[in-house]
Amino acid sequence: MNEKLLRILPNVQKPARYVGGEYKEIIKDKKEVDLRVAFCFPDTYEIGMSNLGMRILYAIMNQMPGVWCERVFAPWGDMEEAMTEHGLPLYGLESGDPLTDFDMIAFTIGYEMSYTNVLNMLRLGNIPLHARDRKGLNQMVFAGGACMYNPEPLADFFDFFCIGEGEEMTPEILELYRKAKKEQWSKEAFLKEVAHIEGVYVPSFYEHVYKEDGRLQEIKIAEGAPERITKRIIQNLDSAHYPTDMIVPNLEIVHDRANLEVMRGCIRGCRFCQAGFTYRPVRPRSPETLLQQAIDSLESSGCHEITLSSLSTSDYRELPKLAEEMLDYCTPRKINLSLPSLRADNFSRELMLKLQQVRKSGLTFAPEAGTQRLRDAINKNVTEEEILETCRIAFEGGWNNVKLYFMLGLPTETDEDVLGIAELVYKILKTWRAHASNKKRGCRIHVATAYFVPKPFTPFQWEKQISPEEYIRRQRLLKENMPSKSIEYNWHAADVSRLEAVLARGDRRLGKLLENVLAKGERLDAWDEYFNYQLWLDAFADCGIDPNFYTVRGYEEEELLPWALISDGVQEAYLKAERKRAYASQTTPDCRTQCSACGANCLLKGGKCDG
Amino acid sequence: MDRILFEKTGKAVWMSHLDTMRLMQRAFRRAGVLLHHSQGYTPHAYVSMPLPLSVGTESLCEILEYELDSKLPISPEQLNKVMPQGIRVLRVYDSPIKTKYLTMLQAELTLYYDRGVPEGTAERITELFAAPEIKVVKRTKRGPEETDIKPLVYSASLVQKEDRILMDCMVSAQNPPLNPLLLVQAIESLLPQCKPDHATCRRIEVYDDKGNPFR
Repeated sequence: MNEKLLRILPNVQKPARYVGGEYKEIIKDKKEVDLRVAFCFPDTYEIGMSNLGMRILYAIMNQMPGVWCERVFAPWGDMEEAMTEHGLPLYGLESGDPLTDFDMIAFTIGYEMSYTNVLNMLRLGNIPLHARDRKGLNQMVFAGGACMYNPEPLADFFDFFCIGEGEEMTPEILELYRKAKKEQWSKEAFLKEVAHIEGVYVPSFYEHVYKEDGRLQEIKIAEGAPERITKRIIQNLDSAHYPTDMIVPNLEIVHDRANLEVMRGCIRGCRFCQAGFTYRPVRPRSPETLLQQAIDSLESSGCHEITLSSLSTSDYRELPKLAEEMLDYCTPRKINLSLPSLRADNFSRELMLKLQQVRKSGLTFAPEAGTQRLRDAINKNVTEEEILETCRIAFEGGWNNVKLYFMLGLPTETDEDVLGIAELVYKILKTWRAHASNKKRGCRIHVATAYFVPKPFTPFQWEKQISPEEYIRRQRLLKENMPSKSIEYNWHAADVSRLEAVLARGDRRLGKLLENVLAKGERLDAWDEYFNYQLWLDAFADCGIDPNFYTVRGYEEEELLPWALISDGVQEAYLKAERKRAYASQTTPDCRTQCSACGANCLLKGGKCDG
Repeated sequence: MDRILFEKTGKAVWMSHLDTMRLMQRAFRRAGVLLHHSQGYTPHAYVSMPLPLSVGTESLCEILEYELDSKLPISPEQLNKVMPQGIRVLRVYDSPIKTKYLTMLQAELTLYYDRGVPEGTAERITELFAAPEIKVVKRTKRGPEETDIKPLVYSASLVQKEDRILMDCMVSAQNPPLNPLLLVQAIESLLPQCKPDHATCRRIEVYDDKGNPFR
């Protein structure tokens, strides 16, 4: 190990996250490697190692002979300081080699508030921030991930972006790069060629021209560049590679358990949810494949907990069969099966009781809005009766803890809707009093409200975000009207959600904002310990950028949007129609009850959307 | 008592005591061995380590105790196949000796001096450890406390190399235990002119009350 690192490690928190060496880490012989990829996750080790996408792509890249993909995470503040002091540049965990030794630097980006970490990691790796300052093929910087459907705020810094699912696209990109490296292409030649891989977006081929009022006027497309970039998807999840021999971290991570991805896509169509649209069409894995993957992952990792993940696991058609078979395997081995994202409506008592055999976990609902009218407007198709019925079953079954998640500032929200949250909480409390089988420990209800952030690729992509002052007013109104002191109420800070809104629908001009705020020392924005709102406000002022332009202004339906050339398969006309229905508080049936022809099934070649 | 004796070196030294226990719980599962689980709300596998090891300290003599529901033959190879870098199981065995008899710890400290060892350092350190008392400030739950570590240091001998000093010491393992790195802290605070630029620690062996290696 690096001598400098050995001196640093005794003085930083949780040094295990900076050394690698875990079980199933992939080490290759450099002599047999001709393409080295530094796979960066713009947050700490504990967050990054919990990310399924990163684990899948790590396995896929390393499966390619001659390719060695290593992991890089954002250092915590103490480590960053020590690295800077000792002149130790950011390095890959597997080899300990600095980022400058790698051919390609890949990022997976899932959250807007990690953009400063992205830039900071490049900086700590001594990689020039701007794509135009990196000449030649070396250190090709690219990114993909759930948040990269509108990558414009990062356009100045990246050579290209991957839109959609990476299992197939990534090896194609790596093979092309390998060819380019062998034949000594220019960077320009490589970018021209890579732009023709389906799903790849090369921002430098698109010039954004703005009107005097600041709105986007035109996107000028370079000759030969695609006019539209459509996301890539995996046609058949059963045949897609899913790693079951994953790295087992040496320290506790956020999701410290084996993980199965039961399906991609969601049939629900909640109008605020970006993933609900960008992950379409709905594609399940077969229960046979999943059971085998469960057994393989558990035996390989030695985990005593496994989780079934997807956007809405109760909509997995074969859930009863799969849960049954998995419990048969898990129960005698004292393995805990956890099922997050269960819906209130079809949460069966039987399933709940079965899960209790191994371990009792909490009950969580996300009604998102307090009144039926607003729930209809956002198309959260869950009724009060369903929530209360599920609570009744749970309370009778011995549960006493309920967590409830809501949003404030949703389009069309009034004070009546805000107070509706308090009323719903009161009804749940009454249900507990009437039905709890075990009242000794009391009832604990946790309520959390988030500040609504309009996201691209949703029917609310044109919406105004309410002002921070208004959000705080509504949050106080709710607090004052909470039915009981015993209810724990937490709310998201307005500042972070406001910035998230700026970046989510941001354009290319925000690049200089990110650079400016980084220079002021800002990073790790997702962490209260480091987030400094004032630095952001100063950066806005320095750059002459008005955050309100991206938040409270709202976007017009006729306006050219910064992400206009990127398609997730869902038609814009469909989003507009959904928006109209929201204003009329009209629900749209889930995709199984009735296909609404969103357009995403066109991405399936011959296959069928499981909606 | 079912025990394993293992080494913790290299990258594994940065794992905490709790992480090491978690690692072992998983490693047994990976090796196909289901440990005895506690009853109750969150069942967990029973493992314990009598002498928690500080993060950053190497060890050639770690002991872990575990419980099985029924006797099963387990080999070191079986476990070593499923271990991360730096963890190596040396022995899997059954012991009649209770951990309360684990009384002494032999450790090797290495003091690094980037500009060479200052003249007279070895002598000064030898003198320090020969003194009737060695007061250091220990961080405790109640805040910093001054304690005399001398009664817990049974022996300490030095070898000087060009840029480092190797110190072989025998200290109390339990009731109360002494972290050998406190000897380095004593040097740093009581002999500032002999302060090393860097120091490492390695556990060499553990002994019972009669001076035999504890197993």
